[in-house]
Amino acid sequence: MLELRPRRAPSRIMTYLSPLIAIAATMATGTLVFGALGYDGLRAVEAIFLTPLLEPQRWPDLGVKAAPLIVIALGLAIGFRANVWNIGAEGQYVMGAIAGTGIALLTHDLTGWWILPCMLLAGIVGGAAWAVLPALLKVRLQVSEILTSLMLTYVAVQVLYYLVRGPWKDPDGFNFPQTRMFSADQTLPAIAEGSLVHLGVPAALLLALCAWFLLSRSVAGYAVEVVGRAPAAARHGGFDAGRITWATMLASGGLAGLAGIVEATGPFGQLTPQFPVGYGFTAIIVAFMGRLSPPGIVFGALVLAVTYVGGEIAQSTVRLPAAAAGMFQAMLLFFLLATDVLVRYRPVLRRRG
Amino acid sequence: MSAVVLVSILMTIAAAATPLLLAGLGELVAEKSGVLNLGVEGMMLCGAVAGFAVAWSTGSVPAGFAAAALAGIAAAMIFALLSLGLGANQVATGLALTIFGIGASSLFGAGFVGKTITRLGPLFPADYATHPWLRLAFGHDAMVYLALGLTAAVGLFLTRTRAGLILRAVGENAESAHAIGYRVLAIRTAATGFGGALAGLGGAYFSLALTPMWADRLTAGRGWIAVALVVFAAWKPGRLLIGAYLFGAVATFELQAKAAGWSFLAPEVLAMTPYLATIAVLTMMSLGRGSAGRNTPACLGKPFPAS
Repeated sequence: MLELRPRRAPSRIMTYLSPLIAIAATMATGTLVFGALGYDGLRAVEAIFLTPLLEPQRWPDLGVKAAPLIVIALGLAIGFRANVWNIGAEGQYVMGAIAGTGIALLTHDLTGWWILPCMLLAGIVGGAAWAVLPALLKVRLQVSEILTSLMLTYVAVQVLYYLVRGPWKDPDGFNFPQTRMFSADQTLPAIAEGSLVHLGVPAALLLALCAWFLLSRSVAGYAVEVVGRAPAAARHGGFDAGRITWATMLASGGLAGLAGIVEATGPFGQLTPQFPVGYGFTAIIVAFMGRLSPPGIVFGALVLAVTYVGGEIAQSTVRLPAAAAGMFQAMLLFFLLATDVLVRYRPVLRRRG
Repeated sequence: MSAVVLVSILMTIAAAATPLLLAGLGELVAEKSGVLNLGVEGMMLCGAVAGFAVAWSTGSVPAGFAAAALAGIAAAMIFALLSLGLGANQVATGLALTIFGIGASSLFGAGFVGKTITRLGPLFPADYATHPWLRLAFGHDAMVYLALGLTAAVGLFLTRTRAGLILRAVGENAESAHAIGYRVLAIRTAATGFGGALAGLGGAYFSLALTPMWADRLTAGRGWIAVALVVFAAWKPGRLLIGAYLFGAVATFELQAKAAGWSFLAPEVLAMTPYLATIAVLTMMSLGRGSAGRNTPACLGKPFPAS
């Protein structure tokens, strides 16, 4: 029978192999499940996982969808490494977009190159501000940051609804619940004339590079690692867990806020009630799929972006419901958590007796 | 305020509190055994959609609730397999379960959007509750009574029975419980399954009793509030009952204020109140650092065997 034996040290090969096994297992299970539900399972999986990669005209969309996932997941991964579970990134993402949009509405009849940087800065501040309360309650009163950051997500979404239906409603918008469109000076430029890919996409890759350097080559990155893995040793070594909590919460909130305002000034061009699409939650899957490391996160974000783009393709070709992509994303995380057992344990075939 | 209005407000509070009480009780038992299952919201949604699907196709609401409990158990078993069987991180697995529940419920519920059923009615015949005040005793649906009964049962089970003592021992010190010969993983799996069943029932209460209509994500984060209520309750069923009814009151206030058309409070501000109240409650619990901190099961969220 099959037996699991603990490894002496975590397997490096399995660390990198288990996301690939998880993807394969998700594709296999997806074929069976959607086949059983009466769809063409094989074509559904092909549309979701392969078509976006095989058709070059889909690639810009992949980049646009991967960028916010990369930026949010980088922040979350830094926190998860230190055992700080900020799962309210979706709320910080919305708050960042709101703060940046506030600047845009204040400056809507002005021009100048400085407007966009101010909006981006406001996005970072807005996202970080939304993480202040969970950080404060965690450090001072040991209140679970999981629950507080998540509750604030629901609050942020209501703030968005209030603003776009009320004070921020476009006066020339035929009473639709949405803000005015951003002006040219308030819009993130594309990387090339006529391209769908905005500057946020290369910026996300650059951020991943910076985060990689910070985590693997700096004292700060080391402190995060120690606090997460060995809190007692961290206290001995003079690393302050409270400060790490503050730093990681603010960093992840700020990055989520940045992703929010980039999404608002880039693909959206205004704020609408449809703005929160769940990137903040999907980024959790990305962080785990990327093994909490920046290069892995770029890979993970690409995989999840494929499922988003592929989900849209499958809606039209196989008539799969929109929610199917969400199911595939959840299955990916389940299989990833399951195959991760192979990092710590070695399967051994043994005869009974 | 007339007695009729007051009674109907109190009835609404009981109805709003019931799904929180059910899901919270299930999570309380799971946490007492040392399992931190953050997938309550996901399990509730699985129960809500399974319950609605079965009630709609069979025409039987009780059958819907039975299916909801089974769906909740099935979802909980995914959690148990990953976090107990394979030792995966409980926080991550719980989050995965919630993402899964959201996806599964909107996938399977897509065909039911806008469809309605005859919702769960009062348990006793109407002539039991001729006087308005009598409605408070005899006017509720079966799930309200079930939730109250289960609260008492769980309280007695945990403090007065041998099995309850073993369950608590597993949550407080898994290594010792194992050394004495108790099967830690089996007990935790059972507790997780109980949590799943009650979360499923709580979720189905939304789709079968509160709103007899299917809508996407209709639990709206109540599963997370149930998790928070367990902390508020300091892992005591009696306090969980108080907490759930307090939140029922908050939700009822939201509905009443909306109905009364209080224009100085935007509907969005009212919609925030349950979530802000949750944060406030968690904060107050920690400020009053009395029983709450000491009462946390010592092995909560820790894997067994320790790796």
